Amino acid sequence: MPQRALPYLLLLPATLFLLVFFLYPFLQIAILAFSSPEGFTLKPFQTMTTHWKFGTTLWNTILLTAIIVPIQLVMALAMATIVTKLKTGRNAILYIFTIPLGLSDLAAGIIWLAIFEQSGFLNSVLVGLGIVERPVLFLGYQNLWVIFVAVILAEVWRATAIVMVILVSGMGLIPKEYYEAAEVFGAGPWKRFLKVTLPMLRPSLQTALILRTIAAFEVFAVVVALGGTTLPVLMGETFNWQFALNDRNVAAAYALVILAISIASTLFFLRVLRTPKGATI
Amino acid sequence: MSVATVADVPRPVAEVNAAGKFLFIAGTVLLCAWVLVPIYLLVVNTLSSPQEVSGFPKTAIPSFDFGSLQFFLGFAGVVRALWNSVVVAVLTMILSIGIGAPAGYALSRFEFPGKATFRMLVLMTRAFPLPLLALPLAVMFIRVGLDDTVLGLALVHTTLAIPFAVLITFSIFSGIPIELEEAAWTLGCNRLQAFQKVVLPLVLPGITASAIFAFTISWNEVFAASVLTVENRTLTAFLLQSLSVSPMHLKFAGGAALVLPALIFIFAVRKYLFAMWGIANR
Repeated sequence: MPQRALPYLLLLPATLFLLVFFLYPFLQIAILAFSSPEGFTLKPFQTMTTHWKFGTTLWNTILLTAIIVPIQLVMALAMATIVTKLKTGRNAILYIFTIPLGLSDLAAGIIWLAIFEQSGFLNSVLVGLGIVERPVLFLGYQNLWVIFVAVILAEVWRATAIVMVILVSGMGLIPKEYYEAAEVFGAGPWKRFLKVTLPMLRPSLQTALILRTIAAFEVFAVVVALGGTTLPVLMGETFNWQFALNDRNVAAAYALVILAISIASTLFFLRVLRTPKGATI
Repeated sequence: MSVATVADVPRPVAEVNAAGKFLFIAGTVLLCAWVLVPIYLLVVNTLSSPQEVSGFPKTAIPSFDFGSLQFFLGFAGVVRALWNSVVVAVLTMILSIGIGAPAGYALSRFEFPGKATFRMLVLMTRAFPLPLLALPLAVMFIRVGLDDTVLGLALVHTTLAIPFAVLITFSIFSGIPIELEEAAWTLGCNRLQAFQKVVLPLVLPGITASAIFAFTISWNEVFAASVLTVENRTLTAFLLQSLSVSPMHLKFAGGAALVLPALIFIFAVRKYLFAMWGIANR
């Protein structure tokens, strides 16, 4: 009897914990977003969607994700390929590549602030080379696109490492014989990458893309560090409604929007990158 | 004559190889610089005096003035925020391994009805923007008296870390052949003894690595920390809150304080990063 019950006993703490701190709060968010003192209502959503910032906020978040994630995918593939090809110094290079994995988004924002601020390193270089005469105020509302670029750079810099780690471990699982066979049939390096590596990497690509896309929708501290509230994003607006505007219901409505696009993108990647039956290694 | 012989040598192939090799090395160096230079620039700013940090133009070599760091550590609330960050991260580490590791062990060693459902629950957490949990939990914590406490925040961070803890410990336990345990049973150990004497020593480094990973998750988390703490701010919450008002040298010293432990942690767990993800993919 204890033998049968053992696995359930071992799972019990984790299950209870996730029920109390994961499922319950999400139900709460859903309830909050549809409630008012008078009962069920769509008012939080109306307040949210009719607010002038909502359209820009949603657009900024989706655009940032749509630019950041593909860049990260390409860079991570390049880094992973380099790492798997390396013979000497592999460990050192690998450690350097994975450093940003341990950094918080706030730290990344501050690091890129050092580069982009008015008396920062970019201005020092530009003035030193004589490209501009006086330091430029990059991170002001007049230069919204520079803030945008800075956020993209900071996010690509920080979060490419996690994609790379997932892809490197995925590449390690591809049998060498497949490459040898492809080589026998005359496939060059590029063709081997396209016809062997990429298809075999499908499960890892799926995991990496899902994780990264969800995280990209949650972009927050980087944007605050670099642009304050000049560049509104969903997570920042959620925070804003919760504290500055003191309306928890609208904050919950924002949270549901983030949740909805996260789930939509997860389902999208699950479907597009599904592994055909019987095709696992 | 000699010109002709040189031309006869199949030079193109060698050239293509050399060019490819050069491109490969250049790309590697560039990517390393891309990662390292921004961190170096932060270090330069941290090791400069406050006047230099707000001065212009910047130099690429720090003056090794500890004025900024002294200002940062002397600033009201910083030391406490640092301490809070450490306490929350340690609590998160203990809770997530204490709760996650048994689940990981169960998933790797037993076949039982409901296993798929549990895995689904864990995987589902990945599809949700978890820091948002802090919003409703803030209300719940006020009701039970956990508001603005390090424990309350640690509970939320544990929710962030548990999916990783379960999947990572699952992959670590799966790497230990069950035959080792079975051998211990036949030699007279009971299940617990076999676990203690055979499995535990083997998995300890891996478990430590995933504990450090949990620590890093908590150490770096910004949103939930800012939502849930008011008086007991962690370092990230403190820095975020003071971003719009604090002088530049405070921000950079704070950023460096966030980065330094992370560098050490990643170095400590570097061997396990790939083992963790290789099987977590499945």
